[in-house]
Amino acid sequence: MFKKVIILAAFVVAFSSSVNVGSVRAAGGAEINSQDWTTNGLFGFFDRKQLKRGFQVYSEICASCHSVRLLFYRNLEEIGFSPEEVKKIAAEAEVAAGPNEDGDTHDDGELIVRPGKPFDRIVSPYPNEFAARAANAGALPPDLTLMTKARLNGPNYVHALLTGYKDAPSGFKLSEGMNYNPYFSGSQIAMGAPLSDDGVEYADGTKATVGQMAKDVTAFLIWSAEPELEERKRMGIKVMLFLFVFTALLYAVKRQVWAKLH
Amino acid sequence: MSTPTWKNPIIKWVDHRLPVFTFLDHSIITYPTPRNLNYWWNFGSLAGMILVIMIATGIVLAMNYTGHTSMAFDSVERIMRDVNYGWLIRYLHMNGGSMFFIVVYIHLFRGMYYGSYKNPRELLWIIGVMIFLAMMATAFLGYVLPWGQMSFWGATVITNLFSVIPFFGEAIVQWLWGGFSVDNPTLNKFFSLHYLLPFVIFGLVFVHLWALHTHKSGNPLGVEVKGDQDEIPFHPYYTAKDSFGVGVFLIVYLGFVFFAPNFFGEPDNYIEANPLVTPPHIVPEWYFLPYYAILRAVPDNFIDVWGILPVIIPAKTAGVIGMFASILLLMVLPWLDTSKVRSARFRPTYFWLFWIFVIDTIILGFMGAKPAEGNFLLIGRIATAYYFLHLVVFMPLLGKFEKTKPLPDSISAAVTAGGSDAKEGS
Repeated sequence: MFKKVIILAAFVVAFSSSVNVGSVRAAGGAEINSQDWTTNGLFGFFDRKQLKRGFQVYSEICASCHSVRLLFYRNLEEIGFSPEEVKKIAAEAEVAAGPNEDGDTHDDGELIVRPGKPFDRIVSPYPNEFAARAANAGALPPDLTLMTKARLNGPNYVHALLTGYKDAPSGFKLSEGMNYNPYFSGSQIAMGAPLSDDGVEYADGTKATVGQMAKDVTAFLIWSAEPELEERKRMGIKVMLFLFVFTALLYAVKRQVWAKLH
Repeated sequence: MSTPTWKNPIIKWVDHRLPVFTFLDHSIITYPTPRNLNYWWNFGSLAGMILVIMIATGIVLAMNYTGHTSMAFDSVERIMRDVNYGWLIRYLHMNGGSMFFIVVYIHLFRGMYYGSYKNPRELLWIIGVMIFLAMMATAFLGYVLPWGQMSFWGATVITNLFSVIPFFGEAIVQWLWGGFSVDNPTLNKFFSLHYLLPFVIFGLVFVHLWALHTHKSGNPLGVEVKGDQDEIPFHPYYTAKDSFGVGVFLIVYLGFVFFAPNFFGEPDNYIEANPLVTPPHIVPEWYFLPYYAILRAVPDNFIDVWGILPVIIPAKTAGVIGMFASILLLMVLPWLDTSKVRSARFRPTYFWLFWIFVIDTIILGFMGAKPAEGNFLLIGRIATAYYFLHLVVFMPLLGKFEKTKPLPDSISAAVTAGGSDAKEGS
């Protein structure tokens, strides 16, 4: 019986660590390579330096079209920004401050605003879906907060998509205003290649190649989708260790009790 | 089963007026149980435990959930992000649903393999199938609540099934929706019912146990208990054995919760519901896939075989009938199975048919996840046909023609003979 328990345990361990491993085909048909994320495996963790770089890529590049509406500025403290830094980052944004004493939300047709605070949601680039579509030739840049959970093989897919822009093969009929990307469903995407070498200047001096930025911003998005991931896996290890010992004891008790019967 | 004498004066006082302690003593302490139950008998109590976990986590989730189309998705994300250990509660509930079905499916197949549903336990089995139906309804309703893409489109597909009911179909669908499409009234209604049904299940479980305790557990040999030598008290023997099973189960369950919490889920459900965007493949949760395969298996021209029927029964209706029949047929399984011998151990042909049936349902599950086209559809159709063939043709005929092996005189005789049956109970 012990053998069965061990086999089962081994299965669970092997299985849970292998969930993200292996290459899968994307909706566009191209094969997605698995990247080595620090969040993978039983002992997955967040590399906070990388997350800060990823946030820089998000806010300097992605944020011009994509929101992360489920995140608050205060959440940035979780990836290594100090409370003061968070206040500064938040203050750079303008959030709706109305209504004022007169009950108006707009003054002369302009929205009444105040500097952002840590308790505000990270400000979205567009006020609503219609404004977003109007600014992007009818295409809607999706919210990115849950992106790595909302796609099959999410982290590897996002990374592959960001680095997957190519010239369309001859014979491929590209629609007007679209870009070729074999990882996207239908192999064409409205978003132009967002990343180019040295697109950002990293505060920590890391060389900002396309590959580096893609990895960093994806890591940031893994965090934004599953901010509990690190705590979850750490707690999981403790729970599993306890359960292995406890279940072994229960088995011993069971043997002891049943021994009287034979 | 003598009435216990209580020493503690308070227990004595209470028990004299309301014999709860005597009841507990009879039900879980001295309760006589066959001595040869193997580990497949663990899954009943496991299912009961998961029901309690689901109700407990569900009540806490409901404290933080908002049943409104404009807020449901965000309220679930708030649970995941801002509520203390909300992610743990939510993942326990989400994976608990999948675990509930795994455990119940094993419990169900256990009943089939060992013929647990036979006289005098037919009602016990039927109540079990009713619990299973209530579970399916609850799971479906619950899956709608996070208001993701699959929630919305799953709800749309499943509620539309009721439109095949003659005359009242459309009215029933609109009544379910509370409007003319799946919308806020639907979500409200589903939230309310999702909270109600688990307590209905709880009541049914009580009746299930009442029926169980009337004729007691069956056993792997399928021969009735013939005396005290065949039985052991539930405590400490099966409390110890069940506890060990709980430990193993928790390792698997919490393994998913902590290390692969979204393994059973669909990525699309992390996209907020959008009535204007249909996902490329609408798939139900994994535990519904076999039925989904049956639903889609009936070909358009199938009914033409009988000439006049297509006017009355279109393919969609036939699919829905097939799907419900696949479960409702289980209710009459005690009468479809004509064999006097319970356990597959003494039924050499049934042994193989049972396992083919298990594989058949697994194939149906895989086909349910694939798009209904080409070979997938063909395999789905063959597997569907076999499903019904097994229940409606093989089961009744087998009892008449099968040469069964000789049954042991009693459980204790088999145990003292030292066969493999005895070992399994240890």
